[in-house]
Amino acid sequence: MNSPTGFAQRAAVALSDKSLRANFRRAMDGLMEKRKAQFPDRQALEALRDKGAAIRANALSKLPDLLERLEANCTANGIQVHWAATVAEGNAIISEILGKHHARLVIKGKSMVSEEMHLNHHLQQQAIDAIESDLGEYIIQLAGETPSHIVMPCIHKNLDQIARLFADNIPDQAYTEDVDALTAAARRVLRERFAAADAGLSGVNFAVAETGTLVLIENEGNGRLSTTLPSLHIAVTGIEKVVESLSDIPPLLALLPRSATGQPITTYVNMISSPRRPGEKDGPTEVHLVLLDNGRSKVYADPHLRDTLRCIRCGACMNHCPVYGRVGGHAYDAVYPGPIGKILMPQLDGLEAKGDLAHASTLCGACAEVCPVKIPIPDILVHLREESVNPTGAVAHSHFSGTLERTIWSMWTMVNTSPKLYRLFLWGATRFGNLMPGRLFKRWTLVRTRPQFARASLHEQAASEGFGDG
Amino acid sequence: MVKNARSSILARLRMAPESVGVIQPDWRPAVIAEPERQNRFTTMIEAAHGEVHPVESQVWPQRLLSILANRGIRRLLIAPAHPLGRALAEAWAGNPDAPELVPYDRCVEEMKDTLVHGIDAALTGTAGAIAETGSLVLRPGADEPRLMSLLAPIHIAVLEANAIHDTLTSMMASQHWNRAMPTNLLLISGPSKTADIEQTLAYGVHGPKELIVLIME
Repeated sequence: MNSPTGFAQRAAVALSDKSLRANFRRAMDGLMEKRKAQFPDRQALEALRDKGAAIRANALSKLPDLLERLEANCTANGIQVHWAATVAEGNAIISEILGKHHARLVIKGKSMVSEEMHLNHHLQQQAIDAIESDLGEYIIQLAGETPSHIVMPCIHKNLDQIARLFADNIPDQAYTEDVDALTAAARRVLRERFAAADAGLSGVNFAVAETGTLVLIENEGNGRLSTTLPSLHIAVTGIEKVVESLSDIPPLLALLPRSATGQPITTYVNMISSPRRPGEKDGPTEVHLVLLDNGRSKVYADPHLRDTLRCIRCGACMNHCPVYGRVGGHAYDAVYPGPIGKILMPQLDGLEAKGDLAHASTLCGACAEVCPVKIPIPDILVHLREESVNPTGAVAHSHFSGTLERTIWSMWTMVNTSPKLYRLFLWGATRFGNLMPGRLFKRWTLVRTRPQFARASLHEQAASEGFGDG
Repeated sequence: MVKNARSSILARLRMAPESVGVIQPDWRPAVIAEPERQNRFTTMIEAAHGEVHPVESQVWPQRLLSILANRGIRRLLIAPAHPLGRALAEAWAGNPDAPELVPYDRCVEEMKDTLVHGIDAALTGTAGAIAETGSLVLRPGADEPRLMSLLAPIHIAVLEANAIHDTLTSMMASQHWNRAMPTNLLLISGPSKTADIEQTLAYGVHGPKELIVLIME
């Protein structure tokens, strides 16, 4: 699906879009500042990150057992648990539940897993309306776009663009750049949708095996409305989101919002342990939990890659990534963009389809430095790069199959495995290297100074200073 | 299909190489001494745009009346089975200046229009609070439905000063939450807000625009 140079081409387009770059730059700078202000004590932060990493690593080390325990406790609480190996199975399960309830209108809280499933599109095909209620998601749904950030989905849009979108799409809404007025307009429109919805659909931030509890965090209240007002609630989540104990939640809550948006805590932390019980006046009468695999068990099987599944989806790696901050989320053409996407997408969608993302990185390490659960993202990137080229140096995947690149690498191998050739190459490079025509390096030297070859190799210089080979 | 998915996912996970044992680091949450707790709670929730009023426990209905007087509140949602709802109904009875009390006394399906459009404010109790993050803890249930803290433009929450804990960890552990979780347990740390439009804060996007906390001393 991706052309061999897909990311590079999309990045080039994004880089020349001045307003897009300005929107991202402003947002990323702000988010980095806010996060920094939340962690003034370096030692306390490191202790907390160690704890967060250990909680997630522990959960992964017992993953199959914890999933069974989660299922047992949810079931005992009255939550119906479903398992989906693939996106198609997940969509079919949700269609079936909605079908039983004759649901025509679904109101959605923010869920990246539902993006992964292309659930809205799937439901639309069955004449079921799925309305996004998170303000950012609502905005991009109006625009017919996909999220460009996992926490702030419409971060690529500025006020003027959003104001126009509202004026064009919401009846009786005049163009205004008053953020309060725009927010009020969305509240007005979506309130009616909440009241009319047959079902609510949400993601899950953490699923607690010990108590069978779904933990959802948010600021707007749309997540609570989606999971409380309609009589049917369906939660979808990846199988990796489970944690062992309720006591694992506070350290993760101390990490997630601070890393994500620089808030001490989100406005709402919503812990759902069961549907409406007899005597209660509200809450859904049915709660379903759909556990989606979609490649996660394959990631799990590789010890080099398993740490990818620790992710708690805070987006801090994106906010701090010099590549993401400049090209923006859409250049990745992936549900999960930025550093976490670069390691997750090639694993979920395959190296063939998304392998070029593993190369969309300078390996600067900023992502690993800020990751609240200490995922070694650069190490995993390097591993994925190694995997895409097999050990003999031959090319394993199509995005490396350029004839020129293949020829250069085989010549490089020849030169470096024969001492005679190596010396000949060095002699030639030092004598004639600077004579190579400049246009060969035009793309490189456009923004850089061309390096000069030394007149003699280090080997020759050392020999002339009296250092022998011995 | 579903059954196959379950067994195949679990089988794949069980076939994977085992992780090395994970050593849990000795992490301890912050300790906030009791005299500091109320201050810390107030500072934190005010920073998140919440409004705090310390009141004496006998006079809270009168204080609430004066707090609401300037806001043009005409209809206040209460939980009639909850002690606070009963106390307010008693205290405001026969007062022509008091807002009308709307009881949440039927199930949501029968009251949806009133709940969604017909109330200006709602009153709830709390199950305590967390000083560290400025969070109210609510355990909605049969006496006090979930939507009470969500649908009205103004949410008024009553908190006992001695129910403020220092951290979520300590509150959870001392009350043994893991033994029996209620249907729904909420932490609320301010009014509803969003920063989705150019990182500009706006309040009341879906939930209450204002959060007023009465701390009973």
